[in-house]
Amino acid sequence: MFDFDYSFFLEVLVGGLLSGVMYSLVAIGFVLIYKTSGVLNFAQGAMLLFAALTFVSLVERGVPFPLAFIATFVVMAVLGMAIERVVLRPLVNKPPITLFMATLGLSYVIEGAAQLVWGTQVHGLDLGVDDTPFEVSGILISKFDLFAAAIAATMVAFLTAFFRYTRIGLAFRAVADDQFAAFAVGLRLPRIWAIVWTAAGAVALVAGLLWGARLGVQFSLSLVVLKALPVLVLGGFDSILGAIVGGLLIGASEKLAEVYIGPFFGGGIESWFAYVVALVFLLIRPAGLFGQKLVERA
Amino acid sequence: MSYLSNLRKAALSAALAVSFAIPLAASASADEQYFPLQSYRVGPYAAGGTGFFGGFIDYLNLINIRDGGVNGVKLTWDECETQYEVERGVECYERQKSHPAIAAWNPLSVGIAYAMIDRITQDKIPLITINHGRTDSTDGRVFPYVFPLLLNPYSESSGIINYIASKEGGVDKLKGKKIVVLYHGSPYGKETIPIYELLAQKFGFTVDQIEVPHPGNEQQSQWLTIRREKPDYVVLRGWGVMNPVALKTAQKTGFPADHIVGNVWSNSEEDVIPAGDAAKGYVAITTQASGAQYPVLQEIIKTVYGAGKGNLEDKKRIGSVYHNLGIVNGILNVEAIRIAQQKFGNRTLTGDEVRWGFEHLQLDQARVAALGAKDLFHSINVTWDNHEGDGRVTFQQWDGAKWNVVSDWIAPDWALLRPIIEKSSTAYAAEHNIKLRTPADAEAASN
Repeated sequence: MFDFDYSFFLEVLVGGLLSGVMYSLVAIGFVLIYKTSGVLNFAQGAMLLFAALTFVSLVERGVPFPLAFIATFVVMAVLGMAIERVVLRPLVNKPPITLFMATLGLSYVIEGAAQLVWGTQVHGLDLGVDDTPFEVSGILISKFDLFAAAIAATMVAFLTAFFRYTRIGLAFRAVADDQFAAFAVGLRLPRIWAIVWTAAGAVALVAGLLWGARLGVQFSLSLVVLKALPVLVLGGFDSILGAIVGGLLIGASEKLAEVYIGPFFGGGIESWFAYVVALVFLLIRPAGLFGQKLVERA
Repeated sequence: MSYLSNLRKAALSAALAVSFAIPLAASASADEQYFPLQSYRVGPYAAGGTGFFGGFIDYLNLINIRDGGVNGVKLTWDECETQYEVERGVECYERQKSHPAIAAWNPLSVGIAYAMIDRITQDKIPLITINHGRTDSTDGRVFPYVFPLLLNPYSESSGIINYIASKEGGVDKLKGKKIVVLYHGSPYGKETIPIYELLAQKFGFTVDQIEVPHPGNEQQSQWLTIRREKPDYVVLRGWGVMNPVALKTAQKTGFPADHIVGNVWSNSEEDVIPAGDAAKGYVAITTQASGAQYPVLQEIIKTVYGAGKGNLEDKKRIGSVYHNLGIVNGILNVEAIRIAQQKFGNRTLTGDEVRWGFEHLQLDQARVAALGAKDLFHSINVTWDNHEGDGRVTFQQWDGAKWNVVSDWIAPDWALLRPIIEKSSTAYAAEHNIKLRTPADAEAASN
């Protein structure tokens, strides 16, 4: 009789869910930009790398942790606003593929600039959170992953409150619903876009520090965008809640698939299995679980 | 009229340039030996590239400054940036190949090396793939110009198992043990799968080989599987970000770092520093010890860095794993030229003559000590048909700040591996209509 190890299954599931939260952190940065400007910002991974590299380089030069955090936030805000002003504003009303290609190019420019400014060495990043596991009913749970989940939850709560209860948040939602109508009622779109890019920079900073502490701060950090894409397809490109739910689903399903289906394919399937899940969702529900359905009139 | 006049002027200028350039090139190649360096100083693998090429250039500089070159032949080089990308590596090859007096190519990239094999064989110029490359290029009968010096992937696997055996008290103690090989999901990572199976059969241990998809920044499921299997050791055959993530995830799942043994591309400071405390106790194989205490390193610091010509921007990296690998690579290239000069004269050599030098590159421990590299690396014994050269390996353990040697020099089981290598190389020869070389073929060198 097949002897199923439920405890092991649960351990893989919990590990997958916690990994999924990390994917969501990256996906949220995409959502912020897409929601308000319709741009799929492929440079989010490069921004995340730039933020982590700036922070760790400042800390290694003796700048105290809080000061380094504030300084990096300022750098990311300036970078975000510069991107909006120099690259994207001149491309307003251009087709989405043009904007996407612009951010693709931007990601290479940011990566190159990061190497130029901070060098090519890899760095360790210690956020002061112990990464040793603790055991609950025979299941090992990572303290660091729980810490990351708490940060993600705080960030989502903050962003939700911001969008719902502040004037600028309401303006964001108006722009997200209909840019032309928002413009017609007097909302200053360039200002809103500048703020959104600043917010995306801040999200990149938080995600960069958590991913940097997990992987080390090195250039492959920008590849974490590849983990965020299936999350976005699944959850919807314009939903923060979707980014969270999508992350959890992708994280859990890819880990379970690797452990239980992987051996039948020789292993190493999790990187593409996430995309299989995303493709299936794309066929069934093109706007994702929580994305807005586009209604186009002829 | 004006057009014809300009054309005439241009033609005259070109003729003059050619007439000056020919003797200049000839005189340059009369007393210079050139190394085209397909380096990578930017991109995701820049940390390894800057260390290796920095060490290589530091050693070439030492020979030029201290000795005035190799028996009066000055060493020259230039760098072409590849970012570790194969197509850029090939572009660099095309750009650099016309330079006169090329001694050898040293790309430090499996992909670029593979792409160059046919080209350099036609050009008759050696391709050095120290510690990496095609395993079957060890067979010089089939690959006359390719040299996987010191270590090929099969020898590496055997060296790691021999080390584990030494920890357990002998090869007979391996029986009944369980070893997991965690490998990078790429041709490089998969290359040693049959060898570990073979070694497991021979010594009676159980092996489970688990793939980590590229780039390796998620390994939760692999390490949970490892945790369930409870192996005695994990062999880490990683690359880039996969290495620190493996160490961190091992810690998360409660697997001890001192029972993880890394391969030659999981053995640098760049692999352990990002893992922080999780890397403490981790052990990895190497062909060259790290540290700056060796006489040749001290000479480089005094002579090259003292003259302001050191290649590493960050002097703290002097003596790091990649820097020392570059220095050892420099020693082997320079000694091959020196050995070839003994036969062909103290002059600029052709690529084929340098190939002859590599095929007689026999440095025993006394010669290694005379070169200031005692304990930096053991020895090498390259022959016309053995292009690896029986390199010994040692093991280093990370203490959180530096690597410390924790084993003697260990010999891989070459006799076991040679028939497998020959099977692969002769199949390659049959597929490509290559006639197996004889000692007489190898002895002849064209100029």
